[in-house]
Amino acid sequence: MSETPQELRYTNTHEWARLDPDGTVCVGISDFAQDALGDVVFIELPETDTEVAAGAEVAVIESVKAASDIYSPVSGEIIRVNDQLTDAPDLVNSEPYDGGWIFVVQPFSDDPNADLLTAEQYQEFCETDSNEH
Amino acid sequence: MKTALFENHVHLDAQLVDFAGWQMPMRYSSTIDEHHAVRKHAGMFDVSHMLAVDFDGSQSSLFLQKLLASDVNKLSNDGQALYTVMLNERGGIIDDLIVYRLHETSFRIVFNAGVAATDLEWVTAWQQTTALAVSIKPRRDLSIIAVQGPKAIQTVTELFDCPQLLAVQPFTAILHNELFIGRTGYTGEDGVEIICPNTDAPRMWNQLLDSGVLPCGLGARDTLRLEAGMNLNGQDMTSDHTPYECALSWVLDLEPSRDFVGQTALEETRRQDIPTKLTGIVLRGGVMRSGYEVQSNAGLGTITSGSFSPTLGYSIALARVPRASTGDCSVFIRNKQRAGRIVRPPFVRHGEKVHK
Repeated sequence: MSETPQELRYTNTHEWARLDPDGTVCVGISDFAQDALGDVVFIELPETDTEVAAGAEVAVIESVKAASDIYSPVSGEIIRVNDQLTDAPDLVNSEPYDGGWIFVVQPFSDDPNADLLTAEQYQEFCETDSNEH
Repeated sequence: MKTALFENHVHLDAQLVDFAGWQMPMRYSSTIDEHHAVRKHAGMFDVSHMLAVDFDGSQSSLFLQKLLASDVNKLSNDGQALYTVMLNERGGIIDDLIVYRLHETSFRIVFNAGVAATDLEWVTAWQQTTALAVSIKPRRDLSIIAVQGPKAIQTVTELFDCPQLLAVQPFTAILHNELFIGRTGYTGEDGVEIICPNTDAPRMWNQLLDSGVLPCGLGARDTLRLEAGMNLNGQDMTSDHTPYECALSWVLDLEPSRDFVGQTALEETRRQDIPTKLTGIVLRGGVMRSGYEVQSNAGLGTITSGSFSPTLGYSIALARVPRASTGDCSVFIRNKQRAGRIVRPPFVRHGEKVHK
């Protein structure tokens, strides 16, 4: 069973988003997603100082099996990326919610969590998703 | 469809995928861990979705002379095997396969899962056309377990108490009780493919598991064969490609005295220029996938199989490119041009990097 921390928000494209006290949103992919992808071997990180819309493709994760797009959960400006993933892309597998974070967005909205799924909603979504496969 | 080992895979919590209509394990744990187990120790694969077919009868060798691009008369002893292709009349590859000589008048061929039905129809139609004395028996009553890796032979020898296996040459099979054990494989490592009755397969699988052999899925099978530079039928070669376009001309026995299906077309092809070749590409900073475009010094080509090489730590691929292509190239990966280099496969030999 995959982990879905309660304090995070999620998307139906399997990113997690953490609203930090400084108002920024840290983004990664869920435990469910990393398990489905399998061994992550390469990550094309987004460029910092670029503005992105919620739902825009910003990064690519390559597993042994396939390439997957990563979408920004919120609109805003990308202010930081996790350079550690260049040499250790497998952090996405081993620590999806910690060392495996991918980028940080400075959101345009005051309430970036508004349109995102709660942990409970996301778990429900994953159950439906895996039954369809 | 399910192989006789389906419950074993479920019990091991495998991630299952559909492969040519079969529910097969993609991976049990991590594809990379499974890959390394085969390169360093021993791993096992359920390949029972492939189809063993027995050809028996006084004219079986004559029949296979007609159907296969290699000369089965080269198999002078029982148990000897060879890798070859079965062609259509245009010289296109229907399937690549291993044929074993069981007896002087009896052979066993293992067909790929994706084309097994096509293959069977093809050989049956040719038997009717030629009216040669050969019976064709598909053996869905048999399972195939590939045990591969530097520890594979030793483990199988001890587990099934068959010391004669230690002296068996590559591309040779022995019969041991109900087991047919061939020193063949699709990983570039030493190892065996064991063909056994379906009823014995689940127990054998568990015995191998208890001996420390790691179960491996289709994911690792693909990265291993790609590192070894082995073609995948339906991907690196199709019925529209001759062996000349698939780096397989070495299997052809084109003696004028032979008359196999596709031979005339191949001889015609050989007199002309063959425009493309199948070769290797290495690339850092991205992962090449089947279908991506390649720009070489001699023009555009296409990746036919691409993945990440766990042994090398970067991406490797097979690609069909203009014949004169060499040296540096670019691969278009999701709208970005990435620098790669054309190299001759294999990429890994006996667990070691081939190209500097």
